[in-house]
Amino acid sequence: MTLDSRVPGGPIAEKWDRRKFENKLVNPANRRKYEIIVVGTGLAGASAAASLGELGYKVKLFGIHDSPRRAHSIAAQGGINAAKNYRNDGDSIYRLFYDTVKGGDYRAREANVYRLAQVSVDIIDQCVAQGVPFAREYGGLLDNRSFGGAQVSRTFYARGQTGQQLLLGAYQSLMRQVDAGTVDLYPRREMLDLVVVGGQARGIVCRHLVTGELESHAGQAVLLCSGGYGTVFYLSTNAVNSNVTAAWRAHKRGAFFANPCFTQIHPTCIPVSGDHQSKLTLMSESLRNDGRVWVPKAPGDKRPPAQIPDADRDYYLERRYPSFGNLVPRDVASRAAKAVCDEGRGVGETGLSVYLDFADAIRRLGADTITARYGNLFDMYKRITDEDPYQVPMRIYPAVHYTMGGLWVDYTLLSTIPGLFVLGEANFSDHGANRLGASALMQGLADGYFVAPYTVANYLGGTATPPVSPEHDAFKEARAASQARIDQVLAVKGSRTIRQFHRAIGAICWDYVGMSRNEEGLQKAVTEIRRLREAFWQDVSVPGDRNNLNPALDYAGRVADYLEFAELLALDALERRESCGGHFREEFQTPDGEALRRDDQFSYVAAWEFQGVGARPALHKEPLVFEEVHPSQRSYK
Amino acid sequence: MAMTVTLKVWRQAGPAAPGRLETYTATNVHPDMSFLEMLDVVNEDLIRAGQDPIAFDSDCREGICGSCGLVINGIPHGPDAGATTCQVHMRRFRNGDTITIEPFRARAFPVLKDLVVDRGAFDRIIAAGGYVSMNVGGAPDANAVPIPKDVADRAMDNAQCIGCGACVAVCKNAAAHLFTSAKIAHLGLLPQGEAERGRRVVQMVEQMDAEGFGSCSNEGECEAVCPKQISIASIARMNRDYLKAALGK
Repeated sequence: MTLDSRVPGGPIAEKWDRRKFENKLVNPANRRKYEIIVVGTGLAGASAAASLGELGYKVKLFGIHDSPRRAHSIAAQGGINAAKNYRNDGDSIYRLFYDTVKGGDYRAREANVYRLAQVSVDIIDQCVAQGVPFAREYGGLLDNRSFGGAQVSRTFYARGQTGQQLLLGAYQSLMRQVDAGTVDLYPRREMLDLVVVGGQARGIVCRHLVTGELESHAGQAVLLCSGGYGTVFYLSTNAVNSNVTAAWRAHKRGAFFANPCFTQIHPTCIPVSGDHQSKLTLMSESLRNDGRVWVPKAPGDKRPPAQIPDADRDYYLERRYPSFGNLVPRDVASRAAKAVCDEGRGVGETGLSVYLDFADAIRRLGADTITARYGNLFDMYKRITDEDPYQVPMRIYPAVHYTMGGLWVDYTLLSTIPGLFVLGEANFSDHGANRLGASALMQGLADGYFVAPYTVANYLGGTATPPVSPEHDAFKEARAASQARIDQVLAVKGSRTIRQFHRAIGAICWDYVGMSRNEEGLQKAVTEIRRLREAFWQDVSVPGDRNNLNPALDYAGRVADYLEFAELLALDALERRESCGGHFREEFQTPDGEALRRDDQFSYVAAWEFQGVGARPALHKEPLVFEEVHPSQRSYK
Repeated sequence: MAMTVTLKVWRQAGPAAPGRLETYTATNVHPDMSFLEMLDVVNEDLIRAGQDPIAFDSDCREGICGSCGLVINGIPHGPDAGATTCQVHMRRFRNGDTITIEPFRARAFPVLKDLVVDRGAFDRIIAAGGYVSMNVGGAPDANAVPIPKDVADRAMDNAQCIGCGACVAVCKNAAAHLFTSAKIAHLGLLPQGEAERGRRVVQMVEQMDAEGFGSCSNEGECEAVCPKQISIASIARMNRDYLKAALGK
């Protein structure tokens, strides 16, 4: 199978307009005849469901939470980028596009990224009109800040709760459509299978998480907006219920999975405190605007930070990257932290953290200014660690935060299964090998508000979708398969808890498929993942039954899928014999330890086709062509 | 230093089943554990012992999604001001303490199992009018309407509500006034929400009543337990808006 990205021809700035013009349309009177299934209620899912409802389609929206407002987009802190150039500092659509392609280490599809930058400006207009209370200046206009190493101020924000405010905006628009009767809400439902009829995605099987009932829902298109797979690492900044299940089950039905090894490790998180830890907490990277990152110069220097004089400190980011300093992109900052800890210079009880020090900023600007900028973050840090960052430096360490890989989609967000669209973090398309700060919210809303409404219409308008009943054989088969898997996991009745297995798969992924990877470790990971998967099906203990609210059973299904998915993650990392973005292969680095990309061999998207559990998936390559931005080595020195 | 605490936990098999407090002992509790991590560990032990683990909702575990909500020793979200249940740490308790854990109780929040309640009523209140009626595509430039910073800040103070339901759980009348008024204030303060201000308050208040929430008797307990510290001034504002809109009809 040849992957067709279906990128329109013509100059990059005109591609999206051209696509929109060439798109087929659906007559307003006919739209209510189309049922569209949306899975996931985060920024991508809520905005897509609301927009499609506004257009008059019949939408069914499914989510695992009790309310759509709780999806994990809610936790995004920092902000959302848009090429408004409100600061008159030289920003433009082209610059946002350029920065995103470069930041993604030249592993994203140019045309998608350009479109993202184009619609970014509309997103801000849309959100303000909805009543999103972005930060403002005294003159009443919107405030912006520089974020994540950008050299222009293009980030819009709502205190440290930008994701919350954007999601609530989308949620409110969504609830308006629920009230209007265009969107039906199905909370506490977990998608367990994608139903493919005649080669088209025609529905889903999901489990009602309160009653345990398996439900079938048929439609003309399915939009998967189910987020990323960061919790395969067990500890991450993701919510504890975030999972890969919906995407993985779609993969097993024929949707290719692209670039799973592109995972983002965020440099500024609160370090692990003990075995009981269930998740890690991100400290917004805006802290790096004023905080200075350092460790002692000498390995094993256990003096308290205040007793270590400047001469004995290594401000290693400022030293290694004089022009970007503490503001280097996430992947660079994370690797540098790991490197100093590997040298034995890490701080804290575990030696797995570095200082983020505000003493200079407090001296320069005063504690009040620091409180105004970061007060809520300082409070959060103190609540968790019991240490006061006004008095002692914060301790931070990298943690898994976001996954750039995801289901493969073409320019119209259509996966390799006709009728299955994939939006937001669940797809692979826009961030390449590394995502820039404040770009995830932008992508989720771009896909949902401004891309899917056009491309879904084009698909429906140009495709015959004969009626399919939820009693069609394909639905029966999918229901039976889901039921069998549930029964199988309940029947094991072994001796180890689900969490033990989750922790174990997380440890394998973190050790061998984490910040730094090599051939030997990855081979070992594949072997250990297989062994662990076998052990799971022989020894897992899942309490309770299936016809009840049983969070342990939900969890078991998700961990079982991770035990399959992790193998693909390791395999993709093994196959990509280069370093780029969040994927660092130790064998491929420059003499001074920077990532060494190999454009001659790896300038492609790796899209994997499922061949059975444990069987080697088939690799399909979509070559990446750069017509606008010339790939060069990223340098932040 | 590990602690041991006694837990009295509300167990209830389903919405129609009777419930009761069961006693458990949590050993090896580390002060750095979060409250929910302590419950995770208790559940691991229950599973190993072949017993049904305690069901509770939780997701982001950083105080923003609003999923978690336990009444800890009689206080929704427990002893810390301005914090959700997931942000409470075990260092707030002492070795040997007895801790009572109950769900967010209200007629409008039926218990589904153990500590899990159905807060769907909140979604229906928002659906009744908690939005600005505008379709994608029609928005003017974001800077077309300047909004004074203090107005935007006050709107944000209210918009911060996480919809957890602590305000309802603590109220002796099980009133949802703080939740409802926060949304009404958020949207009503902004020029974008002005056009529907009257209609919104009437519809949302009527929905709130229809869901079976009680009336407000100005005790202010909701403000005291709100993890986002939303002010009851919003309730007064809602009442004013409602009167104005109802009389204007």
